[in-house]
Amino acid sequence: MAEKVITPDLVALRPGVRGHRGRGVARTRSLLGVVPFFAYVTIFLIIPTLVVVIGAFASDQGGFTLANLAALREAYILQAFGRSILLSAVTAVIGAVFGALLAYALVTAKPGGLLRRAVTAASGVLAQFGGVTLAFAFIATIGLSGFVTVFLRDDLGIDPYAGGVWLFELPGLILVYTYFQIPLMVIVFLPALDGIRPQWREAAESLGGTTWTYWIRVAGPLLLPSFLGSTLLLFANAFSAYATAAALVSQGNPIIPLQIRGALTSEVLLGQQNLGKAMALGMVVVVAVVMTLYALLQRRTARWLA
Amino acid sequence: MAGVIARRRRRQRVLRWVVLAVLGAFFVLPLVAMVEFTTRGDQDTWRLLVDWPLLSQTYPALADGIVASLGQAGLTALLMLVLLVPTAIWVRLRLPGLRRLVEFICLLPLTIPAIVLVVGLAPVYAWVNYLLGGSALTLTFAYTVLVLPFAYRAIDAGLSAIDVPTLAEAARSLGAGWGTVIWRVVLPNIRSAVLSAAFLTVALVLGEFTIASLLNRTNLQVAINFLGKSSATMSVAVSLATLLLVFVLLLLLSLLGARRRGAGS
Amino acid sequence: MPTLTRAAAALLAAATFTALTACSPPEDKGDDAGSGAATAASAADLGGLDALVAAAKKEGQLNVIALPPDWANYGEIIKTFGDKYGIKVNSAQPDASSQDEINAADQLKGQDSAPDVFDLGGAVATANVAKFAPYKVTTWGDIPDNLKDAAGTWVNDYGGYMSIGYDSAKVPEPAGVADLLKAEYKGKVALNGDPTQAGAAFSGVVMASLGSGGSADDIAPGVEFFKKLKAAGNFLPVDPTPATIESGQTPVVIDWDYLNVAQAAKTPTWKTVVPANAVVGSYYVQAISKDAPHPAAARLWQEFLFSDEGQNLWLKGGARPVRAEAMDKAGTIDKTAFGALPAAEGTPVFQTQEQTDKAKQYLAANWAKAVG
Repeated sequence: MAEKVITPDLVALRPGVRGHRGRGVARTRSLLGVVPFFAYVTIFLIIPTLVVVIGAFASDQGGFTLANLAALREAYILQAFGRSILLSAVTAVIGAVFGALLAYALVTAKPGGLLRRAVTAASGVLAQFGGVTLAFAFIATIGLSGFVTVFLRDDLGIDPYAGGVWLFELPGLILVYTYFQIPLMVIVFLPALDGIRPQWREAAESLGGTTWTYWIRVAGPLLLPSFLGSTLLLFANAFSAYATAAALVSQGNPIIPLQIRGALTSEVLLGQQNLGKAMALGMVVVVAVVMTLYALLQRRTARWLA
Repeated sequence: MAGVIARRRRRQRVLRWVVLAVLGAFFVLPLVAMVEFTTRGDQDTWRLLVDWPLLSQTYPALADGIVASLGQAGLTALLMLVLLVPTAIWVRLRLPGLRRLVEFICLLPLTIPAIVLVVGLAPVYAWVNYLLGGSALTLTFAYTVLVLPFAYRAIDAGLSAIDVPTLAEAARSLGAGWGTVIWRVVLPNIRSAVLSAAFLTVALVLGEFTIASLLNRTNLQVAINFLGKSSATMSVAVSLATLLLVFVLLLLLSLLGARRRGAGS
Repeated sequence: MPTLTRAAAALLAAATFTALTACSPPEDKGDDAGSGAATAASAADLGGLDALVAAAKKEGQLNVIALPPDWANYGEIIKTFGDKYGIKVNSAQPDASSQDEINAADQLKGQDSAPDVFDLGGAVATANVAKFAPYKVTTWGDIPDNLKDAAGTWVNDYGGYMSIGYDSAKVPEPAGVADLLKAEYKGKVALNGDPTQAGAAFSGVVMASLGSGGSADDIAPGVEFFKKLKAAGNFLPVDPTPATIESGQTPVVIDWDYLNVAQAAKTPTWKTVVPANAVVGSYYVQAISKDAPHPAAARLWQEFLFSDEGQNLWLKGGARPVRAEAMDKAGTIDKTAFGALPAAEGTPVFQTQEQTDKAKQYLAANWAKAVG
């Protein structure tokens, strides 16, 4: 990766000047070129992260304290973390399974054909279709006066909310999150499926293998790192999501991002700014762990299916 | 062997259509429901939506949000290009050792959720408010950070496809300054990558809610959310319109990509 | 070399971080400090009400925040103020909570768009007294002592009692809080907000507590009530808004009486009842920002809100103005509106700061368990 780029600048210098000092001057000038980018990123990305990380350990008076982290052990915060992890895990698995099926269905279609391009484009759109618009779409679909609810109630006599209105609680969040998890899985997993060469299938069959042995012995193990990695990515995506839940859930803060919002904007429980930062730190730790595992799995995948 | 392959193809076709039918129904249903919801009864939601003067009179908050979002999208795309394109080119040419660092930094926003970022942005934005005022357009700075992962990947892919060192060297040896190299030599060659980065940026900014809402500024999604409290049908109509707009944008993007592949191969 | 670059970058980050967080931006003193309005503690300080009106007209604008137009008739109040004095009222973030108002004031400090005045819940007001400018309106003497800060930094303005609003076409009239547990209310009862977030919902739980055998000191029966409500399937985890009430999604709403009364305009069958012997009252507080960009207009707004005209406009919106007693005695009160307020049987309970704090602690620990 360290290609030596001989720039015309160095070539133009007088022979006597070239050497350690000449290279140093040129290098400093080169570094100046990336200063705007690094300065910008420092101010708007690194600093906010540091504010959160350091603020989690800050008391209201400004000194160091572990009280905020200790407060994370409160039952309602632990439950919120638990629900966040449960929501992310369930939607990651559902999204992974159905997304992989859909990706496989695309791979078996004609490559470059209309079906594949249309579904891939639609997946690209739907994976981004989260947040407020998605919440309202689902309220229009199976909300209290939604299209499907009214149809079920009036035409089939079934009341989907007989046992309570689940749409605005965890089950509803699971349903709505899968809507963008499945397309995301398609986008992330499709390249790995494309990497499976048809020759491997033929080789397995010519050696007497059935479809079952092919999947269990050949394609399965090859795809597993990528499948697991994509599932982890889906997990991180669901865990970090805020807008969809903020628009859908109006009573209570079942998941951690909503608890953070509560800590910042509640007019009943005041002075929780640093507790909010502690919760944010907790979120960062979880997502960082997941993304590190994802990066490791990606490297395994690249070996065979690049 | 041919019989085995034919049987397999048949089974794959059946599986393909079953999966597409079931999942297709699941994905299309909310869209159909949104259309039905907004055309129920005798409301003229859609007619109001396309009539801009009447819309800004009836729902001024929504009109403000739409204008703010369009401004934010444009400015973010511009800032992203101004920041990333020269940096990506410069790193490739003069500082290849820093490439991993820049990639890591550009992927960092994926690891730091927006809700966490906004908690830390408050003191930074205190300064931004002091220097530039409290308008919704100052969210551009935060949004540029959010789009870094997607935009950098697009631009980097575009740069990988062309031989930047040779082009730059050739231009420099003919007497071009660095500005000319970036603007007139490299940029035209990565036009489609830059366009795709810009499209992705616009799509992301139009869908952003977290940072705008928690920094108390207006934006399309914040306006839709607020509208939902007073008029359910209008908010669903605007949601559907936004979705269609983003769909058209990303469709154009994928067509652009297909054309590039077609032209290149 | 790379290590040096990385060290330099880290040093840069640390330095910028300390600079940014340790120092806040310098305050923009503004160019209207000379008018004296920023430090006036009463109209007399400026030379009388007419001088205040003149100074306010010169400023020409007023920034308000978190004032929904259908909240206690704020729409008409804002319009009347603007028309009467020719001052343009910029109403930001109608949806914000009291804490959001304080956050906005902090974030926009020194800007022209910073809020001039605040309408806050009592708790947020007492926690942020340092941000307010003391000002005593001309009608200061009419306001009971326990409803204002002695120095004038904040003063209660309008309030109401916690009530149950219901669509009489869909559900029967609830005699008390306990009635809501009956089968007729299945899937129909909504609380205005989350009690750990919004002051209105918090008072709703206090009312439930009073109606279930609790007291101002003890909010536990209230939380227990909502737990039972949820178990019976009657509790609707939906935030009631004018849209949901109009569409019939939330046929029963626990909210302030003035907010419930306002819904009858769009839904003629909407009725409001304050449960007997479970009367929870609370006032909302007005305060002027110390760094108000339009200090004279802010003070004129206060004068307007506490004038007879302003107080009667609150009455029109179904809220109880703080000077009601004094105006009733003086005969300046709007008798029809006053008589139209929902009747409240029983002594109203106004929680003290200690009672509120104790209730909040309990709520924070137990609400999610009960309803989540």
